[in-house]
Amino acid sequence: MSSAIDIAASVQSGERSALEVLEEHLGAIAERESEVHAFNLVTTDHAIAAATAVDELLAKGGPLGPLAGVPVAIKDNLCTRGVATTCSSKILEGWVPPYDATVVTRLAAAGAIMVGKTNMDEFAMGSSTENSAFGPTRNPHDLSRVPGGSSGGSAAAVAAGFAPISLGSDTGGSIRQPAALCGVVGVKPTYGTVSRLGLIAFGSSLDQVGPFANSVAEAALVCEVIGGHDPGDSTSLPQAFPAVSEHLSDGVAGMRIGLITEMMGEGIAPDVAKRIRAAAEWLAAAGAEVEEVSVPAVTFGLSAYYLVAPAEASSNLSRYDGVRYGLRVDAPTTGEMMELTRTAGFGDEVKRRIMLGTYALSAGYYDAFYGTALKVRTLIRRDFDAAYERFDALLSPTSPTTAFSFGDKTADPMSMYLNDVCTIATNLAGHPAMSVPYGLGADGMPVGAQVLAPALGEVAMFRVAAALEGSLS
Amino acid sequence: MSIDLSVWEIVIGLEVHTELATRTKLFCSAPNEFGGEPNTNIDPLTLGLPGSLPVLNEQAVELAIRVGLALNCKIDRSVFSRKNYFYPDQPTNYQISQFDLPINGEGWLELPSGKVIGIERAHLEEDTGKSTHVGGGGRIHDATYSLVDYNRAGVPLLEIVGRPDLRSGDEARAYVSELRAILVAVGASDGKMEEGSLRVDCNVSVRKHGDAELGTRCEIKNINSLRSLGRAVDYEAERQIDMILAGERIEQQTRHWNEDEGRTLKLRSKEQADDYRYFPEPDLVGLAPSQEWIDRVREALPLLPAARRHRLCERSGADTAQAALIVERGLDDLCLAALDCGADPSRTITHAEHNLSDPKALELDPEMFAKLTKMDADGDLSSTQTKTVLAELVQLGGDPGEIAEAHGFKAMDSGELDAVVDQLIAENPEQWQRFCEGDPKISGFFVGKVMKATQGQADGKVVASLLADRVPNAAKE
Repeated sequence: MSSAIDIAASVQSGERSALEVLEEHLGAIAERESEVHAFNLVTTDHAIAAATAVDELLAKGGPLGPLAGVPVAIKDNLCTRGVATTCSSKILEGWVPPYDATVVTRLAAAGAIMVGKTNMDEFAMGSSTENSAFGPTRNPHDLSRVPGGSSGGSAAAVAAGFAPISLGSDTGGSIRQPAALCGVVGVKPTYGTVSRLGLIAFGSSLDQVGPFANSVAEAALVCEVIGGHDPGDSTSLPQAFPAVSEHLSDGVAGMRIGLITEMMGEGIAPDVAKRIRAAAEWLAAAGAEVEEVSVPAVTFGLSAYYLVAPAEASSNLSRYDGVRYGLRVDAPTTGEMMELTRTAGFGDEVKRRIMLGTYALSAGYYDAFYGTALKVRTLIRRDFDAAYERFDALLSPTSPTTAFSFGDKTADPMSMYLNDVCTIATNLAGHPAMSVPYGLGADGMPVGAQVLAPALGEVAMFRVAAALEGSLS
Repeated sequence: MSIDLSVWEIVIGLEVHTELATRTKLFCSAPNEFGGEPNTNIDPLTLGLPGSLPVLNEQAVELAIRVGLALNCKIDRSVFSRKNYFYPDQPTNYQISQFDLPINGEGWLELPSGKVIGIERAHLEEDTGKSTHVGGGGRIHDATYSLVDYNRAGVPLLEIVGRPDLRSGDEARAYVSELRAILVAVGASDGKMEEGSLRVDCNVSVRKHGDAELGTRCEIKNINSLRSLGRAVDYEAERQIDMILAGERIEQQTRHWNEDEGRTLKLRSKEQADDYRYFPEPDLVGLAPSQEWIDRVREALPLLPAARRHRLCERSGADTAQAALIVERGLDDLCLAALDCGADPSRTITHAEHNLSDPKALELDPEMFAKLTKMDADGDLSSTQTKTVLAELVQLGGDPGEIAEAHGFKAMDSGELDAVVDQLIAENPEQWQRFCEGDPKISGFFVGKVMKATQGQADGKVVASLLADRVPNAAKE
């Protein structure tokens, strides 16, 4: 399978038609989708129409976008006009959005072809895609293992060659962790650089859309296409997405890179830690100044996250009540109808987090829980700021372990939550971070290195990621 | 009413919700219009569709600032919060409102009486849709089915929270009336209570004069007119006093004003505070209007009713009640313009107060109005003739001199009138006797005869006084 950049070049030059490219990928999907289950819906007709339109535009000599004819898989929490969007939840079954998310509009304008809506943990709550109401996605590298989550379907789709690129969303690691577990690149951009309009909210102050790809360069291109100001999202930053593509070959010589102490010790599998140390050593060899750095407040990240994210989710998900759209379970009164609908429509993890969040916001508990979590957020930002006074970028594992087996962590929610221990602090700070594959663990499964940077520090982040990627080839 | 106001003090605080007269809703571009077909003024955000996001309407913020400045509020950095509660007419099951940091803080409003009423805050929030519960008791829990119209959902509201500084139903009415005049003056609202653009929730408690603590309050909803407001306050105060006198405890309640029955009825107890789980709205950023913006809005503010009343009193010598009425009718500018044209101040105010209730009076030519007041003051026309000319001036315009001439009006000289009166007394001795004895019915007889003899050109008041002068002193005792 070729890269998104090669596909766009060959379609633009007329070497291959968008339809040929699409057929090749639909073929890959037909071959392996039944075992991987990356998609909730494969949008074949939609894709054929879009590819035909690209080919017709080329025939007319019209200008083609930077992703002309490139198949893309879209996480099923991004609204797609006329195409069912479920968040892998029964409560949204049958709902068809009347609009595209801004990122979907921008991809289409760049010539990308949506091939399907990918599976996920219900409402993006989970780290294994086991919380989908429509069954789990399997890791293409080992079907007995999870792909990570919540954007497991989007990670698996790229890893399996169903599409060279895909979109996910990252609230506490939901792009980076599955990218690591599936051996692909995954980017969580700076909060506010990519529009959330049309992204179905989980934790609004944490959610950010970003890409999966097989290479750093493809991920950079997608970020530049989907990023930049959107007046429809009040939290969108005014500027264009940092111009990362042009800096990918800058190298790391002279860069200052910190290895986060708190993310290299207890709880991190030795084989994963070993790969990250190897990455640090390689960066030093390539001319970067690499040192260990302590970011103490990140150890409170998990606790703060499991107050902030559920609190926002409890409010965001209150609209699913059976009154206007989606599932409705009839009952004699409106109140009972709402209760029965929500009881039947939400899975256990979603219910657990709605209860957590409702409790955290309740009168008498707000200050102790939500209020304290907001203070921890400030502390985390401050400790990162201190680190970024000394370093251009930071390095850590993306996930404490390689991909685990189905059912390993479902019995104990806490063990599942700990999977996000390396990724969560970034979301609380609003900073960018990305996962780039860095070899294999003891079990032969991919290990991801996480590169972190300050707000709008994407150029430094992509330089380090590109260097790490280059060291492996 | 049987309240002994020398013992009891009624304490009233009002929360007034006003719909802001914006083109579109508070957080989206769906139109803000009253009276459309159900569910036509909607868009994804109005319906709370997944993935939709709010974007703050700048016009709503500007109108809120206008009201804030007009109410002498401190305009501050503010934050939107979510107020969480489940109800079908709330599309997201949370309302975006302002909680701990409102756009307009502490301010005040001056009643026509001169009393100053404190304003606690005036904050922005979105309206809900409208539910209709069909069957059962017309309430949501026993309805056969319910219908929801989301046209109103998301319409910008300004909630103006007044301090409990009001002490009677009349004062509460004066407050709402003044507030409405301000809202209309600054263009924030059309002020129509019957269309729900202005909604009043009324908190009433009672205590004995001299008590330091406030009594337990009840909140009255469903007040749809100024008249209902006065009646509801009086009813509720009496209800509470009767309970206290009977040794009962007042329970903090939300009560419903029933217009037909003229009483308040319990809706629910408020002894346990609702938990709305407020938290800052993460889809919006903080709102911090720049000082330049605030200054620009301040400069563009029109003259407000209180300032208009003060100006009119100063220039014309009108008393506060006259000024309040004339400003309410919007006639103060006309009066001042007429004074500039040399109008007689006292006649100007009297005519504006009594003879210019027709809305067409707003279009009167001040110069012509001034001329008429002078003719009136100089005695060129009788008061009946003045009224006739003024009415024609309002309806058709023109010059009061020409109108008077066309009617053949001219004031009679007093010698002429004396002669007429003397002659009539001589011709009707029997009636004159009765008049002198004080028979009230006979006065009209003489005035009528004089009018007939003078073809209506005599001034009725002057005639009455001439008649009175002729009654022998002995008869007066």
